[in-house]
Formats: sequence, C-alpha cells, structure tokens
Amino acid sequence: MNSVQTMPVPDTTAVQPPENYLTEHTVSSWLLTTDHKRICILYLLSIIVFFAIAAVAAAMMRIELLWPDGRLVLPETYNKLFTIHGVLMVWFFLIPSIPAVLGNFVIPMMIGARDVAFPKLNLLSWYLFMLGGSFVVYSVVVGGVDTGWTFYTPYSTTYANPNVITMVAGVFIAGFSSILTGLNFIVTIHKMRAPGMTWFRLPLFIWSLYSTSLILVLATPVLAITLLAISVERIWGVGIFDPNLGGDPVLFQHMFWFYSHPAVYIMILPGMGVVSELIACFSRKKIFGYNFIAFSSLAIAVIGFLVWGHHMFVSSQSIYAGMVFSILSFVVAVPSAIKVFNWTATLYKGSISFDTPMLYALGFIGLFTIGGLTGLFLAALAVDVHLHDTYFVVAHFHYIMVGGMVMGFMGGLHYWWPKITGRMYPEVAGRIAALVTFVGFNLTFFPLFLLGYLGQPRRYHSYPPEFQIFHILSTAGASILGIGYLMPLIYLLWSLRYGEKAPANPWRATGLEWQTPSPPPRDNFEQTPIVVEEPYNYPPENA
Amino acid sequence: MAFHLFPPSASANAGQVDAIFWALAGLSVFIMVIVFAPLTYFAIKYRRGNKVDRTPPKIATWKFEVTWTIIPFFIGMGIFAWSADVYFHIESPPANALEVNVVGKQWMWKLQHAEGNREINELHVPIGRAVKLTMTSQDVIHDFFIPAFRVKQDVVPGRYTTEWFIPSRVGRYRIFCAQFCGTSHAAMVGWVDVMEPGDYQKWLVTTGQGETMAVAGERLFNQVGCSGCHGVSSKFQAPKLEGLYGHPVPLDGGQVVTADDKYIRDSILLPASQITAGYQNLMPSFAGRLSEEEVMELIAYIKSIADKQPSDYNP
Repeated sequence: MNSVQTMPVPDTTAVQPPENYLTEHTVSSWLLTTDHKRICILYLLSIIVFFAIAAVAAAMMRIELLWPDGRLVLPETYNKLFTIHGVLMVWFFLIPSIPAVLGNFVIPMMIGARDVAFPKLNLLSWYLFMLGGSFVVYSVVVGGVDTGWTFYTPYSTTYANPNVITMVAGVFIAGFSSILTGLNFIVTIHKMRAPGMTWFRLPLFIWSLYSTSLILVLATPVLAITLLAISVERIWGVGIFDPNLGGDPVLFQHMFWFYSHPAVYIMILPGMGVVSELIACFSRKKIFGYNFIAFSSLAIAVIGFLVWGHHMFVSSQSIYAGMVFSILSFVVAVPSAIKVFNWTATLYKGSISFDTPMLYALGFIGLFTIGGLTGLFLAALAVDVHLHDTYFVVAHFHYIMVGGMVMGFMGGLHYWWPKITGRMYPEVAGRIAALVTFVGFNLTFFPLFLLGYLGQPRRYHSYPPEFQIFHILSTAGASILGIGYLMPLIYLLWSLRYGEKAPANPWRATGLEWQTPSPPPRDNFEQTPIVVEEPYNYPPENA
Repeated sequence: MAFHLFPPSASANAGQVDAIFWALAGLSVFIMVIVFAPLTYFAIKYRRGNKVDRTPPKIATWKFEVTWTIIPFFIGMGIFAWSADVYFHIESPPANALEVNVVGKQWMWKLQHAEGNREINELHVPIGRAVKLTMTSQDVIHDFFIPAFRVKQDVVPGRYTTEWFIPSRVGRYRIFCAQFCGTSHAAMVGWVDVMEPGDYQKWLVTTGQGETMAVAGERLFNQVGCSGCHGVSSKFQAPKLEGLYGHPVPLDGGQVVTADDKYIRDSILLPASQITAGYQNLMPSFAGRLSEEEVMELIAYIKSIADKQPSDYNP
C-alpha cells in the first residue's frame, strides 16, 4: 500500500515525534514564518474573513431581491454590494482558495519536498495578498465602488466614484501575489520532486495546480496592465478606453477578459485536481485515464487563453471574431468532459465509501456537469445573444465556481484537515453539511437559469413582478446554503480542541503526504522519501 | 403571484433561437443521464462492504478515451455551426428595414423614427416589417435587450451598433438595459409596442413631428454651417456629399472605405481621422457642438441624397 520506501532507520515510525510544525506559538513564529504549512494556515484564516464579508453582501442582495421593487437598500447600495461580492469572491476567495491554501500545504508534501522552492517569496505572496485585500476593504469602508467586479469602461474611468482607484489598486497588488505563488509552484514542481517522483508519478492534483500556475503567471500581468491603464486614464485623462478622449471602450473588454477568462480556469482546475484525489482515494481504485486527466488540465490551460471573446458576442466585436471564439469555446469544453467521464469510470469496480470528502467530490461532479453543460448554451452564438448578461450567466458561473470550486475546496479541506491540524472532524456533521450545501446550492441557483431564459438582466436592483417567484425560491435556497457553510465553520473549529487525534493516514490513502505524521514535522519528512510506484496504486479489494 | 416559465416569443427569429435552446436542453439532459446513471449505479453497486466482483477489469482504456473525446467534439461542432448560422442572420439587418435611431444615456432610451417621430423608453413598431435600430450612447455602455424578440446588442459610446427584428405578434414587450450602466441601471427599461400596420400608420401621423429626420438634418446642415463648404454652391474645396452614402471613398493614405453611418459620424466629430484623397484637412471638429441625435439627423440627410449627383444641381 505504501507508495514509498523509507530508508531503514530505527524506531522513528513507531513514536510520534514530539515536535511538529504547529508547536511554536509566538506571534512572530506565525507572521515571519516561511513554512509552507503555516502559510497555508495564514491564507486559510484570511480567505475565511474575505469570504465572510462577501457572503454577507450576497445575503443582503438575496434578501433585497425578495421584493421586486427593491425596498431594503438603495440602488446605489445594491450596486456596491454586488461589486464587493464579486471582487472579494473572485480575487480574495476563489483564486487563492485551493492554490494558496491547500496547494501551499499539499504540493511540497505530495512531491516529497521540505518546502516550496522559494519559501520567503511564499511569505511575501501572503503579505501582498493581505495588502491588496486591505486596499479593497478600505475602498469599501470609505464609500464603496459600484462598477461591478468587471470595471467596464468608460463607466469605471469617467462616471464611477474615485474609490474605484483604491479598489483597482488592491486587485493590482493582489495580482502580484498570484504571480509569485504561480511562479513558486512551477519551480517547486520542476525542481523539488523527491527521487523517483517522475512526472507521470505525480498525483493529478499536482498536474492541475501546475496548469493553474501557468495561467497565474501568464494571465495575471495582463490584468495588471489593464488595471494600470484604468488608473492612468482616470488620473491623468490619457485616452485609452474613453471614446471622448479618443479611446476605445471595447478594448478594455478584450484586455479584461484576456485575463479573466483564463482566471475562470484558475477557479476550476484546482477543484478538478482535488476531485481526482478524492475519487481515487474513496473508491480505492487507480484513477481511470491518468494521462488523459493530466493532459486535459494542460489543454484547458492553453485553450482557455483563446476563448476570451465569448464574453463579447454582443459587445460590437466583429461577428467573424465571435465565430472563432465560439468554436474554440466548444473545443475547450471537451477536456472538461473527458475528466467527468474518467471520474465516473474510476468508480467502476471500486470499493466506494461515502465519507465527507467523497460526498463533496460527488457533489462537485454533479454541479460541475450542469455548470459545464449550461456553458454550451452560452458558447452557442445565437443563444448567447438572448442569454448574455442575464441571470442564466449568473447561474452558470455559480454552478462552476461555487458548485465546482467551493465544493472542491470543501472536499479537499475535509480530506487534508487531519493532516493539517492533527485532528479528525466529526464525520456525521460533515456528511450532513455536505448534503445541506448540495441541496441549498441547487435551490439557490437552479431557478436563476429559468429567470435568465425569461430575460431578467443581471445587476438589477429592482425587477418586474412576474420574476418574483424565482427570486423567492433562490433566497430560500441561499438560507439553506448559508447553513451548509456555517456548519463546517463550527465543527471544524470544535475539532481543533475536541476532535479525535488524527493518525498519519486516516483514509488509507496513497500519496506521500500521508506517509508522515499528522500534523507533519517542521521539515515534512524525517527522511527524503524515495518513490518507486505510480500514484493511486490501491490494492484490489474484494467485498 | 403571476409568473411564466418561458418568455413570450414575438419575433421571426425567436423560434430559431428557441429551437437551439431546447435542442441544447435536450442534449444536456441526455448527457446528464449518461453521466449520472452509471455514476449512481456504480456508487450503489460498488459501495464498500457490498459483496460484488471487483476483479480489475481488462479493458483497453484508450478506446473509451477516444470515444468520449471524439463524440463530444463533433456534437460541439454541430451546435456551433447551427448557432453560428442563426447568429449570422441575427446580426445581418436587411436593406429594406424601417429605420429607428436609438440613443442611450444614463438612464433612459431616446428613440427617433426615420419619419421623425420621437419616443422615450417606448418603441412603436408594425407587425411583419423588419425594423433596424441604429444605436449609440452618449455616456457609458448600455445594451438594448428585448427578451421577447431574443435580441440584444451593446450600445457603445463612440460607435454605431445595429439590432434588427421582424415583430411577429401584436402586444407589449419589455425592453431592458442589459449592460450595467450605473446607479439606476434597473430603471433603464421600457416597452416595445407591436401594432397592426394600420394602427402603426395612425400612430405615426398622430405623434408626427412634421418633418422627417432627413428634413431635420437638412435644416441642421444649413444651420450649423455644413453647407458653407459642402453645399452645392460652395466655392470651398470640400468633398461634395451628394451620392456619397454607401459608396467607396478613397482616403489620403491610399485606403478606401465605404461611406457608412460610422464613417460620416467620424468625419463630423473627428474630421482629421480620415481625410478624403485630394482634399486638405480644413474641417473643424463638431464634437461637443452637436448632440448624438443631431449627428444622426445629419446622417439621415446625407443618406437621403445618396442617389443624387453633385451635377444634378448644376447641369
């Protein structure tokens, strides 16, 4: 079952080492740490805070939308709420969620390394992230921004209030955190693998994060340029996007989506990587089609750079450009489909247990499939003309980003929780929360597909009364979804003190991270592991 | 609480769009069945503790991989071709359409029919005739969305965009601004009134302004001084505008462009950007001096003299 051979050393395996990476308790040991495992925890705490703020904004919007005439908040406030929600959820929760939290912890352990390639740079990434986050929160505190997370010009450069500069600066700074993290992961995966850990012995989580890192490094600079251009136009009146200054507002959309569409894959590829781990582990099977899943991640990362124009079918972009972007959007759907089919095939003749992480993984497959299929509607030119900028789009990307990425994150968090904290979470509570999340999610977002097809546009503070019933259903679902998120927050905290002590390998999983105590020692492994097997080498089980 | 599951379908294109929509919905259900049915079956049959044969299967993996790569690819290409065909149709307005100009501003729609009739947040159109909207914005990007017609197009400052449809059912249908445009975005809504042709004619007469857009444009042409240089009797060296619209114009740099709405708009507001070959850059910019509506009236006038020749006046 072990995928490693450790050098024969007397009695280190029998006795729990007295020290682990959590032993030290001083403030400086946390704020000045270069340990990737501690940085994971810094990120985890930070994104929980950002998630909470963004979730409160979402809750206020959902309550507001119970009534068609918008009676809870002013239109201006509503516009600020969806901007906060989008900016924080995209850049300060989803993008760092799996890569910076779980990736930071797991990548070095999975490849048998002591740390990432550049530990100090890793800490700098977190500081940049927090600095960016502070700018964004500050811009909200001093009055808020109402452009939406997309900052479309010329609204953002000419008409919106000046806080937009502060918020854009925050996203700009956080972008450097993304770039440095991506760079760190790429170098780590290339240079820090343990002896015997060949590319095709890497767990699929590594392949997916490698692909994600490529996007982080290559796409984020374009976002930085775009945001800088907004500031230059706004502060010095240089005409880049504003037609009154001789600029082109549609140019902004090209530049923005050149980053932001690949960014969508930053927000799903890591989730796919987690699911590949979970499906194999909880069905105790070698993953079906390892190479296809690995290369489909790379294919998504590469083709994902060529489909940005599908956000712009009605923007006045050339219709022939629209056709090229449409065809490529259908092409990029294929590698995602390959993954779904391979996960399903992995279950065949497995020995499947339904522990909490597995429930999240199965939930991921269900919701991601719906999210992916509804993506085809939006890639289809004539249909997108009708559905563009309606709630159909809102429903679609929440199925991908929340149904996909957040389910993947929660699955991964539960899976590696014993390793990270050394404690087991209460299994029954975990399963209930996973089911509650699944039900609540569908009730929140499925009605929005219907609403979008009916024609309700996004970002509407008030709406025609015939749409009300769908909003009521959605708000009801959101309340259930909220419980699904609160439960883990409570029982995971509880488990830190009262949870059972976790063994080194509670899931009987393969993978190097399970070959070391929970929580791991400061340097991860007592000896550098030597890899002699392919990943997911679960022995055949009968009954 | 009144509600519908499906939007009303009131244009000639709506059915074509819906056909693709429902085909995709059917396809989605089919794919969900072929994913979720085995997934559920395996999850139940191979649950841990259930006594079943788990001997590792001897199957050629690549055959499965190739199958589920190729089939989705071709399905995707099929849907692409179908929807691209309909899209091309939706984006290509016919030549004989009724013309309506639309100017979006925070937060209202200002519309003017070629016949001169003006409306705000309302659009009256006859059933069965193609209607073409030429749209621009005087501030931020808006989007003119009529769900019942399945049409939507961004309305972009500094550009003209077009949208067209053939209304197929009498009734009142909603107009939404679909591109977020600031504080009262949700209030930038209106109604399309699809009328019987006779009623539409009556409406045109009762709400008429007395002059068509082209006539108003001609008046403006003389008022703001265009005629001083471009007029028939002018002695200045300026391109004559009779017979210009829709025809190729050779430019200074050797480029040749077609004189369409966009070209004329740019020539009025950014005259230095495209100089007609053989002429000097003398024209002042009218940016800031003419509203978007006035520019549209001037274009309507220049369009109205498209089939005349400068020589028509001095035989």
